[in-house]
Amino acid sequence: MLTERIRVLVRAHGRLADAALPADAADLYRAGLSSHASVNLMLAIEDAFDIEFPESYLKRSTFESINAIARAVEAITSEVSSTT
Amino acid sequence: MAAIVLPLVNQRDIGRVAVDIATSVLRPAADEVDRQARFPAEAFEALRSERLLSALVPVNLGGGGASVVEIGAVIEALAQECASTAMIYAMHQIQVACLVRYRPPTLDSLLRLVAERELLLASATTEVGVGGDVRTSRCAVEATGNGRYRISKEASVISYGQEADGILVTARRNPNSPASDQVVLVLRRGEYELEPRQTWETLGFRGTCSHGFLLTATGAIDEIIDTPYAEVSAVTMLPMSHITWAHVWLGLAEGAISKAHAHVRTIARLTPGVPPPAALRLAEAMAELHVFRSLVHGAASDYDAALRFPDRLDTMAFAIRMNNLKLSSSTMVVDLVGRALRICGLAGYREDSPLSLGRALRDAHGAALMVNNDRIFHSTAQLLLVAKGV
Repeated sequence: MLTERIRVLVRAHGRLADAALPADAADLYRAGLSSHASVNLMLAIEDAFDIEFPESYLKRSTFESINAIARAVEAITSEVSSTT
Repeated sequence: MAAIVLPLVNQRDIGRVAVDIATSVLRPAADEVDRQARFPAEAFEALRSERLLSALVPVNLGGGGASVVEIGAVIEALAQECASTAMIYAMHQIQVACLVRYRPPTLDSLLRLVAERELLLASATTEVGVGGDVRTSRCAVEATGNGRYRISKEASVISYGQEADGILVTARRNPNSPASDQVVLVLRRGEYELEPRQTWETLGFRGTCSHGFLLTATGAIDEIIDTPYAEVSAVTMLPMSHITWAHVWLGLAEGAISKAHAHVRTIARLTPGVPPPAALRLAEAMAELHVFRSLVHGAASDYDAALRFPDRLDTMAFAIRMNNLKLSSSTMVVDLVGRALRICGLAGYREDSPLSLGRALRDAHGAALMVNNDRIFHSTAQLLLVAKGV
């Protein structure tokens, strides 16, 4: 479910070279995710999940695959719910 | 109680060595290098004889094992006399840093050779048709069998390409890769051919001989730097570029302010007891110069410290800091050379006076254009949309 929502966002904002999305574990940068597009993707994810990526997540490895993004979103949402 | 005696290590001060080279070799040649837009050969002969080209190569590979702070001191000293020489030296060290950090084991021998023969390395990152965005390539690595590849790149500039002993080239990973999936190829002289294209006929930094070329080459696939260029760029190439270039701009400003200072002292001796009006302007300029110096030196020492934690470097906060280093330093150099010119007056405006600031002025204006400041502002503006903290 989570990865499906992320896939939709990657398709809409990732501006990847191919129309077909890479596998969930595949390297998004190799698929053509540029640093410019990754910022738009981050904004879209923050909006969709109503989260903010803390500074420590703002590095290349957080966005290197659909799975990596899902792990980050999961970690941030669980941190938020455990503190509220 | 017995005193603890710490051994004194007599470390070589390469910044000091560079000051001597700058005054004895660069100063007499700099105007001719600029006028003729020629490679500063005598400067590089002197730098080689003092083993300064291999200063950044680790000691165990035969180099000097210098820090980025020490390399910065060399660049700053050179730039006070000849900004083109300092810029070439800076660009060479950026390539060495990439090899030191990312080379595959097959390139250990090349790095040893850099130290043994004081090889000069250039780079071909810009390409015709990508609109100045070095993070995208059109050319691609084409495997030709037997572990070899072929590459052909329309490089809009390869600074000192004809004088270099090797070139680091960015290209798409393979012909099917998207434009942003780049790798770095390492080519030795003899593996590539350079067909001259656009000539480097510019206002400043004329001695860097940054002509355009069609580069064609073949190389060994196991000598390609496999780490994605995006990471090489974020952790090493981009910070090394902004830090070393900022030392060029700083040295350039120091050279100009030194002339202004000399001029004020001369005038002051003519009218003892009455401080010349320009002295106040000099004091003002000196205050800005010292802010500039702290900015640049601080960036180099922080980078040295952070190299032990590369994951801190591949972050937005660090990218924004490097962007701002470039923006501030390239603006300050123009301002300070302008202040020096106003202090020196006509003596600085003349082309035939020892206080002439024409070359410094032309060089200084290159700072905001080599990687255009607007492109960098745009990058920071983008990053700030998601970055946290200030």
